[in-house]
Amino acid sequence: MPFTPTEKLSTEVAELITHYPEGESRSASLMVLHAIQDEAGYISAEAMQWAAAEIGVKPMHLYELVTFYPMLREEPPGKFVLKVCRTLSCAMAGGTELHKNICNKLKLDPNAHGLQTTEDGKFSIEFAECLASCGTGPVMMCNNDFHEAVTEEKSNEILGSCE
Amino acid sequence: MPQEYKLLLKHADADGYSNDLECYERNGGYAALRQALAIAPAGDTTPQAQLRKSVLDSGLRGRGGAGFSCGLKWSFVRHPNPKPVYLICNADESEPGTFKDRQIIYKDPHQLIEGMIISCWANHVNLAYIYIRGEFTEGAKILNTALAEARAKGYLGKNILGSGHDLEIHVHRGAGAYICGEETGLIESLEGKRAYPRIKPPYFPAALGLYMCPTIVNNVETLCNVKHIVEMGAEPFAKLGTPNNTGTRLVSLSGDVKNPGYFEIETGKVTLGELIQNENFGGGLREGRTLQAIIPGGSSSKVLKAGETFKVGETEIDLLDVPYDFDTLMKIGTMSGSGAIIVIDDSRDIVECLANLAEFYAHESCGQCTPCREGSLWMNKALHRMTHGDARAEDADYLKHIAHNIQGRTICAFGEACAWPVLSFVEKFRDEFEAKAK
Ligand SMILES: Cc1cc2nc3c(=O)[nH]c(=O)nc-3n(C[C@H](O)[C@H](O)[C@H](O)COP(=O)(O)O)c2cc1C
Ligand code: SF4
Ligand code: FES
Repeated sequence: MPFTPTEKLSTEVAELITHYPEGESRSASLMVLHAIQDEAGYISAEAMQWAAAEIGVKPMHLYELVTFYPMLREEPPGKFVLKVCRTLSCAMAGGTELHKNICNKLKLDPNAHGLQTTEDGKFSIEFAECLASCGTGPVMMCNNDFHEAVTEEKSNEILGSCE
Repeated sequence: MPQEYKLLLKHADADGYSNDLECYERNGGYAALRQALAIAPAGDTTPQAQLRKSVLDSGLRGRGGAGFSCGLKWSFVRHPNPKPVYLICNADESEPGTFKDRQIIYKDPHQLIEGMIISCWANHVNLAYIYIRGEFTEGAKILNTALAEARAKGYLGKNILGSGHDLEIHVHRGAGAYICGEETGLIESLEGKRAYPRIKPPYFPAALGLYMCPTIVNNVETLCNVKHIVEMGAEPFAKLGTPNNTGTRLVSLSGDVKNPGYFEIETGKVTLGELIQNENFGGGLREGRTLQAIIPGGSSSKVLKAGETFKVGETEIDLLDVPYDFDTLMKIGTMSGSGAIIVIDDSRDIVECLANLAEFYAHESCGQCTPCREGSLWMNKALHRMTHGDARAEDADYLKHIAHNIQGRTICAFGEACAWPVLSFVEKFRDEFEAKAK
């Protein structure tokens, strides 16, 4: 099935391409992939083909980005994506336990570091590397929102408010 | 009593201060830009050349990690240049332990934008980018809003404030890869490619940067300082801090202290010990705890061990009396890097701390260079094994051996960034590493 962009996405992509000099539209690739993922939650092969044509590159040029940058996804994740910081300052503040507790609560593997999704597709969780909030660890993100100094109680609230 | 000195963070956390243009202007915002644009030519010296000289004279050093003179970096670009000159603000903020640039991006974005506009004017730049880490989704929105406000006011766009200079700034988002912080990796990423760092020489950004054109890459904090240099004048700016370590620094303090957070200090006027123990800063370790180690400049800097003493000049000083600046930290064998201090107390298993960092580097190596790609993985595997009950007597030497085979043999400084923690942890805490095998 070919990818049909929403009007908003088409407009946004056209605008993004103007941010780069004549003949350098390839530069827009990462921003275009973000725009697709922000809307659809992931980047399908069809979406890459569509975007490649808009930008004027080969689909391969986008695929090599999707497989390189950790934030970009080829598969739809859960409705709420939780990223728990794994790196030192957060680990010292309890980040490892935070990840483990949430995984146990969601019946996911507490030892897996990569992305895993609950059966009902509501939550995905993964470890992320230093999220630049190390003074207020442990830190986690729920979709685009940052949460700092996340205690077990606070993590329950965060998960509870996901509807 | 050592105090904070608020120059860049003067407004960010002030009561009632908001991140919109109106508030910024009410607090004197964009006056420095008008001042810069009003500079008259002095004989043969253009206003732009005067500004560049001023930044050089201020002694401003890069705040992104390497501490290289900003004015000197700018001087590598020739003017007039047959190619367009680009400027990129490095807002990737991804060195573990560092959380200072986000304070400005989120709370005082116009300060950065004003610093950038002045820097672009000074370097004949008509198109600039802010490369911001992908997880700062909100930060990117805030910057876009601020850029739109600046555009509407004529600070950006065609003929800014009647100066005859055109300038556009766009936000470009990264997508979760640490290596995008390395300036040539960043440039590749901005060109729409994988962030594979380029080899220097020949790809020095000042000559062959973005689109093979001269490009200036500066950290958020560095560019903000440019605005203050214009506002204060180079000489008064250079009086802040200590000789050759001028101005202020934003310090990110995390780990085992009572009061972690970000602090702005006059560079070199506060010691490591004061940053950790003083009530105005870290407030000391938690009850009953003693210091074990300090990572002084982001995870890539060499670790310091409690009780170490160093010969600085004629005198022998304790680790805690080391002034927090660029030069002294270099003299004692480490670096102030991104200004991020991670404090480790005696309750921590030091091998586990290193294992945590090794996993970071194994995850973030871009994979171009065999020593880095394989070495970072081997170090991570060995450390994982050691912290999971399977250490061997020869592991300490094995780790050092791998690290030695990485540093100096790679395309970019990530090689050093992943080797240095391993080399320094193993050297200074050898007993702890050997004890794992018992
Ligand atoms: C592996 C690696 C990661 C880096 N990450 C960052 C970063 O996140 N932010 C930053 O400003 N500089 C980072 N740097 C330093 C940049 O390469 C570059 O030196 C800096 O942006 C120059 O700006 P400055 O002179 O204003 O410090 C990194 C360097 C390396 C080798
Ligand atoms: S040193 Fe490591 S991160 Fe840098 S280019 Fe080589 S493989 Fe990539
Ligand atoms: S270590 Fe978790 S935000 Fe930096």
